[in-house]
Amino acid sequence: MEPTLKFFSGFAPNDLWFMGEAALRTLWISVLSISLGTVLGTLFGWMLYEGRRAATLTLAPVLDVFRSVPLIIQLVLFYNFAPIVGLNLDPFASGTVILTVYTAALVANVARGGIEAVGAPMRRAARSLGLSYWQDLRHVVLPIGGRAVFPSWVGVALGVMKDSALVSVLGYVELLKASQILITRTQEPFLILALAGAFYFALSYPVSRYATHLENRWAQ
Amino acid sequence: MISIRDLHKYFGALHVLKGIDLDVQKGEVLSVIGASGSGKSTLLYCINGLEAIQDGAVTVDGTDVHAKGTDINKLRQKLGMVFQQWNSFPHLTALENVALAPRIVKGKSKAEARDIAAKQLQHVGLGEKLDVYPGALSGGQQQRLAIARALAMEPEYMLFDEATSALDPELVGEVLDTMRLLADEGMTMICVTHEMGFARDVSDRVAFFHQGVMEEIGPPAQIFGDARSEHTRKFLANVR
Ligand SMILES: Nc1ncnc2c1ncn2[C@@H]1O[C@H](COP(=O)(O)OP(=O)(O)O)[C@@H](O)[C@H]1O
Ligand SMILES: [Mg+2]
Repeated sequence: MEPTLKFFSGFAPNDLWFMGEAALRTLWISVLSISLGTVLGTLFGWMLYEGRRAATLTLAPVLDVFRSVPLIIQLVLFYNFAPIVGLNLDPFASGTVILTVYTAALVANVARGGIEAVGAPMRRAARSLGLSYWQDLRHVVLPIGGRAVFPSWVGVALGVMKDSALVSVLGYVELLKASQILITRTQEPFLILALAGAFYFALSYPVSRYATHLENRWAQ
Repeated sequence: MISIRDLHKYFGALHVLKGIDLDVQKGEVLSVIGASGSGKSTLLYCINGLEAIQDGAVTVDGTDVHAKGTDINKLRQKLGMVFQQWNSFPHLTALENVALAPRIVKGKSKAEARDIAAKQLQHVGLGEKLDVYPGALSGGQQQRLAIARALAMEPEYMLFDEATSALDPELVGEVLDTMRLLADEGMTMICVTHEMGFARDVSDRVAFFHQGVMEEIGPPAQIFGDARSEHTRKFLANVR
């Protein structure tokens, strides 16, 4: 009887609420970073595609850095060094900035691939109808290329959502940080980690289901 | 009238069109024949400004296609083009494929664009396929869709770049019939083609291209019966 009692006295229903709130923060910082990062990354991808040499020489290496340096290092460095240049950002803002740039670096490649997937003949056909460069981008390249790379983009988005756990090192109380706090208090690591895992699953499963649904609809 | 004067086109060091002079009158059907790589597609791209030119001039109804001040997007509305690959927009239904350009380029309302599209699809014999996605259409149907899409902009000229070359043999006929229909309706057409029957029966004139030079141009009877150029005779002997 003893251990069971201790089990329940440690983890209270209230704690579930605490984790739920933290999951919402995970969702919030993820949605924000993924949205901003996707817009920025699409712009970068277009620059890489169009800019040819200039972008290849300047933008591409910078994006490579953000793609290859582990996120946790980027977060810690940015959070600690940003104040030196006068940027006093709280953990949430710092996390959002780095996650956004990280997302953008990943999305840039996806977006460039999307533009390439549309191909020159399709775009010549669109332009021959009198579409301007921008109308072609908006009405032909975006929908066709976007659909072509949508699965890759979903992969990036779900990855960033999981990676947002790393913002916990800055002290932002998202799902992982909340779990650590609870583990320290309750000494119930397995229960709480399992719960946290369930929360992550609950956040990403609907996204991947909906993505599959969209892909099937487009495949007709 | 399409007027081409001493047109030179280079891809890097490659001299692809070597001084082309050609006039195409309103209502005329011109077929362009010649071996692969002789510059036929490039000629069409230079006419509607999809490729820049290095020397000479192309004018369409007096407007210089390659001049700086020319509104090329507006000019292209006059010049419908159909490619070897039909390039249907895969995310749009047949109707939406055809309605897109009238809607966003000409600013037609959704309803107007729909009507235009439905009319053009009927015109090319796809009246039953309005709400079908291109993926469910045969190559021949998709090529007719591409023709309808070009016609929806009410062009005064149509440029065809080997419109039947990528089709299975049994689907060539329906596309050629559609092109014939347009010719009968009085459309001005430049048709790059390997279909010698079409070139002979439908065109007013046939031009033979050889290594970036327009070797010979004349009525079909002369080109097919009594070609002056040795190259033309050789080419025709091989395709028959
Ligand atoms: N975008 C391009 N870049 C470089 N070379 C090209 C390009 N397009 C065509 N060419 C070359 O120009 C020549 C003429 O091509 P093209 O006009 O397509 O010939 P055709 O349509 O008669 O087969 C060919 O040698 C081809 O390889
Ligand atoms: Mg060609």
